[in-house]
Amino acid sequence: MSDPFLELDALTLTYGDTIAVEALDFHMAAGELVALLGPSGCGKTTTMRAIAGLMRPAAGHIRLDGRDITRVAPNRRGVGLVFQSYALFPHLSVYENVAFGLRIARIRAEELERRTHAALGAVGLTDFAGRAPAELSGGQQQRVALARSIVMEPKLLLLDEPLSNLDARLRLEMRTELARLQREFGIAMLYVTHDQAEALALADRIIVMNDGKVEQVGTPEDIYDRPTSVFVADFVGFENTFRVERGALSGANGPVDAGFAVTEGARGLAWRPQDVTLGQGPHRGRIEGASYLGQSVEYLMSSPLGPIKAERPAHEKRHATGTEVTFDLPQARAVELARG
Amino acid sequence: MRHAGRALLVVVMLFLVGPFILICLTGLSGGETLAFPPDGLSLRWVIRVFEIESFRDSFALSLTLGIGATLIALILGIPAAYALVRYDVPGADAIRNLLTAPIIVPGIIVGLALLRHLVIPSGLGVTLALFLGHTALLIPYAVRVTAASLQNLRADIEDAAILLGASRIGAFVRVTLPNIKNGIMAAFIIGFITSFNEVPVSLFLTGPGVATLPVDMLLYMEYNYDPSIAALSGLLALMSLGVVLTAERLLGLSRYV
Repeated sequence: MSDPFLELDALTLTYGDTIAVEALDFHMAAGELVALLGPSGCGKTTTMRAIAGLMRPAAGHIRLDGRDITRVAPNRRGVGLVFQSYALFPHLSVYENVAFGLRIARIRAEELERRTHAALGAVGLTDFAGRAPAELSGGQQQRVALARSIVMEPKLLLLDEPLSNLDARLRLEMRTELARLQREFGIAMLYVTHDQAEALALADRIIVMNDGKVEQVGTPEDIYDRPTSVFVADFVGFENTFRVERGALSGANGPVDAGFAVTEGARGLAWRPQDVTLGQGPHRGRIEGASYLGQSVEYLMSSPLGPIKAERPAHEKRHATGTEVTFDLPQARAVELARG
Repeated sequence: MRHAGRALLVVVMLFLVGPFILICLTGLSGGETLAFPPDGLSLRWVIRVFEIESFRDSFALSLTLGIGATLIALILGIPAAYALVRYDVPGADAIRNLLTAPIIVPGIIVGLALLRHLVIPSGLGVTLALFLGHTALLIPYAVRVTAASLQNLRADIEDAAILLGASRIGAFVRVTLPNIKNGIMAAFIIGFITSFNEVPVSLFLTGPGVATLPVDMLLYMEYNYDPSIAALSGLLALMSLGVVLTAERLLGLSRYV
């Protein structure tokens, strides 16, 4: 394998005595679009700030494009960052916001003008060049922030929750826009998000973080269909996730037999609600609630395993709230989790 | 009830504005002594103000002092405000309280302390002592007013500027400074007016031939009881009013005070 474009090597980040990120390793290839996914407080934003150079690592190394940048000043790294808050300069027009970095780099007037207009054009804001940032909508402000970064042609563009402040329609628009810009400019992009849908839709590869450590790295399909830990399974919507202890599922009141021989070494098992079958099987539960969703019915059950969520096609036999049912967690549909 | 409230309002307004009107009328007197009602109306004492040489000198000193001391207070105060707002400074609360001290402690005490423990032991020149005293007095205003406008500014725009290639100082100058410009202007005006109107501290720090305008006016009154002092007071009040109104118009001064 060729040398990775960005490589974090045993990176440890601390706030005073608190360890935010511990011995983090990951890498990404040139031109790749990677999502750093995790719940708030998992250290993903801190990691991004360290890559940008806004925070000094307590230990470990960051290498970008063959150069160790761990101790390089943030303004010499060739890394762009689109802030979650956009961080536009309120006293400058949209045009001057975008031209800001070029002016500092003392780019010649004609080239500055050409590149600023190109960047404004790329995000569709040519007509807004003379406006003040405060006169723009949230989505437009974000596009200014994006143009302000890409105009510098960074080696790596970092994006902090790029879609979180936008409404549903703008999200879709922005998503398409980011993917297009990434193809067009070939910039490697690393973005931080706590929203799995956002990560799945946009990224070539997803790095799931939890509690300052990497939980799993993989393609969106890997993460969504083949989580390897209880945490990731829970996070991507396997709502029936159980730890395995001594060959049995750990239930709310002690171990429960799975009904099949659990593979040696599996530390957890997980099922999506659609994969739970009702009316037969080794487990017993009580329907606590049923919601009709059109195509399907969603049941919430209580059982010795704890709460179970099942989603069955609407044409199947319905079960009323309060009735006892048997159900199955089929071995064939189970995802085995190597880590607890 | 409503009438009572209105009457109270009128009394309070009279109490606030009344002296100003009385002084102006007295200053326009045609008579020889400071008296109300004025003995006829004329501009002779207003013109006389500009002929008194010591007033010209002390006005120049007060003007230089006001501008100079405020500038120095800002140069020292802006970095202090920046540190207090942006960083986790140990003992920040204590520093903030300490900075209010010159506002709370009576000027007489500040003036006496400066004279007794700084000027006399060090043999400092009177003018330099005045500058130091006024600067010390104005730093709290400079810090508090600029801190207020820094607090309203996002901190991450400096990070954004740095990631676009600016140095730390460059980011401050290009991004932070332009956005707190109005706060700094407000601090300057408040500082200047405070210095210009200051009496108690200046009283202790004046020497032979060196007096600020308000102190000079006190000295003048001891020997001359003529309406020129009222005319000058009226002119100064109008000047302060002009500065404050202009500042309010341009910057919305009332947001910072």
